[in-house]
Amino acid sequence: MERKLMKGNEALAEAAIRAGCKCFFGYPITPQTEISAYMSKRMPKIGGVFLQAESEVSAINMVYGCASSGIRCMTSSSSPGISLKSEGVSYIAGADLPCVIINVMRGGPGLGGIQPSQADYWQATKALGHGDFQLLVFAPSSVQEMADTVQKAFDLADQYRMPALILADGLLGQMMEPVAFDDAEIKFADASDKEWAACGHGGKRVHNISNSLYLKPDELEARIVERYQRYDEIKAKHTEAECYLTDDAELVITAYGSVARIAKAAVDAARKQGIKVGLFRPITLWPFPEKELKAACANADNVLCVEMSMGQMIEDVKLALECKKNVEFFGRTGGIIPKPAEILAKIVEMTQKGAK
Amino acid sequence: MPEFKKPHALTDAPLHYCPGCTHGIIHRLVAEVIDEMGIEGQTVGVAPVGCSVMAYDYFACDMIEAAHGRAPAVATGVKRANPDTFVFTYQGDGDLAAIGTAEIVHAATRGENITVIFVNNTTYGMTGGQMAPTTLPGQVTQTTPYGRSTDTEGFPIRVCEMLSTLSGVALAERVTVADPANIRKAKAAIRKGFEFQKNKQGFSIIEVLSTCPTNWGKSPVEAIQWLKDNMIPYYPLGVYKEGAIR
Repeated sequence: MERKLMKGNEALAEAAIRAGCKCFFGYPITPQTEISAYMSKRMPKIGGVFLQAESEVSAINMVYGCASSGIRCMTSSSSPGISLKSEGVSYIAGADLPCVIINVMRGGPGLGGIQPSQADYWQATKALGHGDFQLLVFAPSSVQEMADTVQKAFDLADQYRMPALILADGLLGQMMEPVAFDDAEIKFADASDKEWAACGHGGKRVHNISNSLYLKPDELEARIVERYQRYDEIKAKHTEAECYLTDDAELVITAYGSVARIAKAAVDAARKQGIKVGLFRPITLWPFPEKELKAACANADNVLCVEMSMGQMIEDVKLALECKKNVEFFGRTGGIIPKPAEILAKIVEMTQKGAK
Repeated sequence: MPEFKKPHALTDAPLHYCPGCTHGIIHRLVAEVIDEMGIEGQTVGVAPVGCSVMAYDYFACDMIEAAHGRAPAVATGVKRANPDTFVFTYQGDGDLAAIGTAEIVHAATRGENITVIFVNNTTYGMTGGQMAPTTLPGQVTQTTPYGRSTDTEGFPIRVCEMLSTLSGVALAERVTVADPANIRKAKAAIRKGFEFQKNKQGFSIIEVLSTCPTNWGKSPVEAIQWLKDNMIPYYPLGVYKEGAIR
């Protein structure tokens, strides 16, 4: 196991290659451009494909074509670029194709800013495109976890034939941390295990069709219902979360991604003051770890949701807790990273007023 | 005497096209070329939104349905994943020359080894005959009820002329299927496009002037005559660029 000091964005790119991602289609946008730069250096040397598309729209449609032909592929962008990709994401979901998409979030709406943000939570988990569909959404919180998540994202995307999204932010993408990769040989899989792939039938089968058009409503409904049955299985088997000091916690903080690490520092500081606080970190944002959150809040009357937004995940937190707990919010937005001291102050305030 | 039969590269699904529409002829020409080159098993077709969106049911090779205008990007993804695959797109004028201009221009300038069948009938057929980027000046459509005014709607795009300026293009040729002699020329052009692709010699586009009797409000025979009288003068037939780029 080699350990290397890498930027989060570079770790994502290297991890994708090691997960067998043969083709990467990118378009420049801050703060994720290192992914494209890394891919452009590595891919030509190992028989992979790097292509800088003319737009985010084209990049995601190249992914659609590549995924249709059964080859592992990925694209990455940041918030405004992800909005552009949403058309293609919907088609990919509608045609039941696997791929990995990375969003290194920055401030919005519109052109917003280029500093870290978590304001695309709703877009990622509720509506990355039109129609009835979900993406697998992962929220790693360290460079190592970013690298580990890529393999998992590709494998689950293949298994369930759906797009997977890694929701990072500018902080995780830009910071450097040591990261270790398995020493396994890099192998790009062909489409031989994908009997649905539109890659040329070779005269051996009837033609495969990659498609999301169903003009007969009963056919379209049946496709969607089947897709949601897969979603149910994912909810049962692949929901992930991390609990930190929640067993005796009277107040539980919910936070994901880089903010969870900041919140952890606030939890430690509060514990030193004798306040019984814990941290609940969803690792999968879809499916949202509802049962796990309920269990983590068994002894807590109060919940504090911390986000780099005006409060988006808080709605899932309240739904999961069926509004039986007092859920409050603390967040910074527009590219401001919350400080541990600010979170601690909110913890102290909630404790002192006895909250609920 | 060879037996006249349906090409193997076409399925037995009944075509949904309107009476007198020339899509059926063009489908057949593409399928005949695929048969003659013996490449059905290595071919992937991409049909985006438009009248031909359901071409995936008609071509017997593997097929991908794409979003409006995005077929050249989708085809790029297929081709880059498997460079030995034959990849063609089958696009209409609204699709290719309006919503998909970025995709077609950049696939062309990259010299992407794909073959584009561009069916130009000067209108958005599937949605009921609205103005297309190729609608002729003065032409009445659902959204130009007083005729296309170049003062307010601008001018039609001549796609082959535009793309022929790009270094990545190996073949840009405009043909029509308005009569048997031209149908034979159209097939030869499609074959040329696939041959360039086979030899990895660059991007090929075959623009086929086509009719839309339903939305033009004409009989099939009148539509063919209208094409000859109005479209060919504005969109002259011929080779605009030919030669391997690599």
